[in-house]
Amino acid sequence: MQRIVLVGCGVVGQGFLEIISRKRNILKRMGLDFRIVGVIDSSGGVIDENGIDPLKILEIKKRGNLPEGIRFEDVINSVDFDIGIEVTPTNPDTGEPGLSYIKAMIERGVDVITSNKGPLIVAYKDLMRLASKNGVQFKFEATVGGAMPVISLVERSLAGNQILSIEGIFNGTSNYILSRMEKELLPYSQVLLEAQELGIAEKDPTFDVEGIDTAGKLVILANAIMGIDAGIKDVEITGITGITTEAMDLAQRNGYAIRLIGEANREGQLKVSPKLIPRFHPLALDGTLNAALIQTDLAGEVFIIGRGAGKIETASAILSDLISIST
Amino acid sequence: MRITLDLEIKDVPGELIKVLHPISDHGGNIISIVHNRDKSTPRGRVPVKITFEIDRKLFEGVMRDLKDREIDIIRVGEQRLLEKKTVLLIGHIVHTDLTDTIDRIDSTGFAEVVDLQLTMPDLNYPSAALVTVSATGKKELGKALEILKDVGKKKKILVIEPVET
Repeated sequence: MQRIVLVGCGVVGQGFLEIISRKRNILKRMGLDFRIVGVIDSSGGVIDENGIDPLKILEIKKRGNLPEGIRFEDVINSVDFDIGIEVTPTNPDTGEPGLSYIKAMIERGVDVITSNKGPLIVAYKDLMRLASKNGVQFKFEATVGGAMPVISLVERSLAGNQILSIEGIFNGTSNYILSRMEKELLPYSQVLLEAQELGIAEKDPTFDVEGIDTAGKLVILANAIMGIDAGIKDVEITGITGITTEAMDLAQRNGYAIRLIGEANREGQLKVSPKLIPRFHPLALDGTLNAALIQTDLAGEVFIIGRGAGKIETASAILSDLISIST
Repeated sequence: MRITLDLEIKDVPGELIKVLHPISDHGGNIISIVHNRDKSTPRGRVPVKITFEIDRKLFEGVMRDLKDREIDIIRVGEQRLLEKKTVLLIGHIVHTDLTDTIDRIDSTGFAEVVDLQLTMPDLNYPSAALVTVSATGKKELGKALEILKDVGKKKKILVIEPVET
């Protein structure tokens, strides 16, 4: 039996609770027995060493907040658990509060899974060193490409290969905006409003449209699968706000799409910028999909595509990390 | 630069290697060799077509060595602009002196703007141009695009490059 503490109970945390409940029987058949012994978020928390019903937590969240009074410190100091799942909101500048939570759990000697890019962007190397020093596993598939299993693909299925380069679409919001601009020949400002109404873009879209989110994911990939010691300041970043309808039209009439591409190569160059993509190239994708084209020394080119965001999709990546840790 | 040589060699063992040595000795990279034994000339010689890439400065040395070895050179052909890439420019392309932007590439001697399509919306709005740059080799094309990006930075023109693969 593995005891789990969930740190963060927003969209992703609730998605995880939903699928851990839905997949209970399948997990049992796999010989896995997970017990949630703590759930905490910014408002409060629940602790029960005998196990918490995920559906009960979802009920509480539907009505309001978790009971006040229980904080992260209480969990780390008084609850026995084996795996910590950290899904608090991303802060790309400081990595907090996730960074402190992850460090505390690793130091406590438990395995950690996160969907939070911030801590990895800020302190990838430190966290890996800390995990190795404490003999625990630290997994973060959900941080890049949502349900698109890019990290485990390289770590497991392409084991033994050297990754020569990776280029891809890692931000669904930008990709949605660019593909809509292309299809309807509407200006950026109008498509952005539409995306905001649909909940695809945030009220403040800077993080997505200026390429910062893509840069963060690129930094994680560069560190995790290419062995490049890089931070966000090492990425040359150009966003999509300067793309005009006329440019889109001109590109389209000549057989090109324009997409925001993140790319990393063996020389350690990291770049996020809009690129011209031949219409029939695999990266000329529409909508909110994510994709990565990976060049390897043995397997040649490998292309992967999937849903880059979403409650259940992201939770799927967390569940996959959880099963991988436990088997 | 890329050179194609049409030669005629004697139909005896070791002749072809005699031709290849001068090319590799001077750092040339052989792209293709066509050895037409079926089409021997009335003089009983075999026509050979060799294409290779070599630094312009070192090519003279290859020719000198081939002549020293008494190889019959029928024709020397240079393919000049080999590599090309299309980039998209967005910004005040015309009002920041388009002629100057093109000249910066054309004046390099190793690259040229070979195609340009321009759209100009209302005055004061950024225009867009699809520009094809051709160059004598991969390295030269890279240099030409760096120049274009540099000009773009100074003139506040966004330069969108194509994907690598």
